Amino acid sequence: MQVTNKLTPFFENLNFDRDDNTMVINFGPQHPSAHGQLRLVLELDGEQVVKAYPDIGYLHRGIEKMAENMTYNEFLPTTDRLDYMAATSNNYAYALAVEKLLDIEAPRRAQVIRTMLLELNRILGHLFFIATHALDVGAMSVFLYAFREREFALDLMEDYCGARLTHSAVRIGGVPLDLPDNWLENVASFCDKVDYEIDHTYNPLLQENRIWKMRLEDVGIISAEDALSWGCSGIMLRGSGINYDIRKEEPYELYSELDFDIPVSDRCDSYGRYRLYIEEMKQSTRIIRQLVPMYAETSPELMAHAPQYISAPKEEIMTQNYSLMQHFVLVTQGMRPPKGEVYVPTESSKGELGFYIKSEGEPYAYRLKCRAPSFFHTGLLQEILVGTYIADVVTIIGSTNIVFGEVDR
Amino acid sequence: MRKYVPKDSVQAKSYYTDRFWVAPRVPRLTVEDEHFLSVLDALGDDSKESYIEVGQLVIHIEATDNLRIIKKLKEECGYTQCSEQSAVDYLAQDGEFELFYQLLNINEAKRIRVVCRIKDGQAIESIHPLYKSANFAEREMFDMFGIKVNNHPFLKRILMPDDWEGNPLLKTYPLEGDEFASWYEVDKIFGKEYRDIIGPEIRDPAHIDREDSKRFSRVGYEVPFGSEVAEAKSEQEIEYSKTLLVNYNSKKSKILDERR
Repeated sequence: MQVTNKLTPFFENLNFDRDDNTMVINFGPQHPSAHGQLRLVLELDGEQVVKAYPDIGYLHRGIEKMAENMTYNEFLPTTDRLDYMAATSNNYAYALAVEKLLDIEAPRRAQVIRTMLLELNRILGHLFFIATHALDVGAMSVFLYAFREREFALDLMEDYCGARLTHSAVRIGGVPLDLPDNWLENVASFCDKVDYEIDHTYNPLLQENRIWKMRLEDVGIISAEDALSWGCSGIMLRGSGINYDIRKEEPYELYSELDFDIPVSDRCDSYGRYRLYIEEMKQSTRIIRQLVPMYAETSPELMAHAPQYISAPKEEIMTQNYSLMQHFVLVTQGMRPPKGEVYVPTESSKGELGFYIKSEGEPYAYRLKCRAPSFFHTGLLQEILVGTYIADVVTIIGSTNIVFGEVDR
Repeated sequence: MRKYVPKDSVQAKSYYTDRFWVAPRVPRLTVEDEHFLSVLDALGDDSKESYIEVGQLVIHIEATDNLRIIKKLKEECGYTQCSEQSAVDYLAQDGEFELFYQLLNINEAKRIRVVCRIKDGQAIESIHPLYKSANFAEREMFDMFGIKVNNHPFLKRILMPDDWEGNPLLKTYPLEGDEFASWYEVDKIFGKEYRDIIGPEIRDPAHIDREDSKRFSRVGYEVPFGSEVAEAKSEQEIEYSKTLLVNYNSKKSKILDERR
């Protein structure tokens, strides 16, 4: 323990009582590159990291506890606060888990809209990754360009649901709204814009950029065994050469009908993962383009027809007494799903986002566990940071693409 | 007989209950899938109960054998990833925790859930030697439920502060936090002697402070913005609620017998 007085003040960064000459530094929780509220305690030998200890919990809001005290529909807007870069993917993952529990399926038009929103949110999340990762590494202008495109995507979200950050654009059993006028034309032109900007802005700025490659290549190497063992998913898994995408392997929504590729990189480093993010954005625009003509072929139902769980359409409520009674019960008490448990994984922009729901037949979930990809990617930091240099720490944190709303929940 | 309700559970309960209503159950199907059958063959007598629920195989095992059985699943059946693990609190009903391990087979794209039950206070063996994702997941389980994990490399609270008392996801832990939680920050930052000066934390989002003339106006008469309300007290005090929030689950509200 340090003996402090006025002449020798307390040095919180130094370990005086150890003889191995390492320095302990505290990274975060208020560091601009900590992606929110990550506190990372690093033990350094010179500039090399000897030990890393990610300390989380600074954004813990008890969302799983709240889920036990809210009815199923009440909880849906809370899921926005998980991965707030792409809120609809959380809404969707939750809604899908409840739908699997209820054994209902959203109507075709709702599925088309949902899949489009999911891919739009994937682009939102990936653009944010490119922007902040480049900013962390030191490329300021990419941040500005990526946020310009992100703004167009946010405008599309705003057109659809009125919100830019916390969308709540999906409901249990479908979607609340039909697409507004000209939305399909706008989303198609947005796809063109994203593709154009990838080829003419991001790739020329980054892909062969000497500094960018020097900072990213062979930095943050994750072997395939490590990626599996630490529970990595999404691009963290595909960046290590394992071809697993839940959209392809366990298809949900319309992904089984769509034609898209899963980019995989066996570089295992930050550069490979960065390339995957760019490629995935291209695949997302490809998916949205296929969905645009599918919309016209659908009938206008937006919510599943299961009046004991989901309020009937307004015409029925206003004309049939029993529908009105059911609707009243659903609004005042909430739906009561059957007893049982379900775990439903979805591929969000960060990785495998899954909801485990245990229902005891009450309007409140008995237990809800949100399987957040970033939580496990944060755990991985304590292994991959060891042996790297302090200058690469920020690159590696950025490359894992963690969002703290999701880590702490 | 009246239906048993756990008395110490503070989870939100539905206000209206129908005692003749029986909740349906998600169908538990028999295992027909070839891959899942081979998994059950490999396990043999280790699986106490197994069924398919919403497309995933659920296997109930003995909690003391968890490491051995999951090792078998990993090495013989190809379940190379543990995507999630946590617990469910059944202390009030059975005095037990239900633990689940959500495993994924990447090659077959199949998921199974391994379920086991432990008594209150019983420890579970860590699966960290098999899956490093258990490092964080088991720490979270320890933090949220107080379940001890044997042979975990670094069993320590993860989301809550180290000096926290209580385990937030237990059914006996209130949503707004307990007595300890309401004084935690005051005690830690200022010290216990400041409790009287600062007062308890107000966790009611709809709290009304009638002395605060900047954000609230007086009922019955008005005072200038920002002035001291105490000076302008009238002789006839009007009763008001200290909150705008209506607590429907409050014990004060009565349900008439004929409505039950």
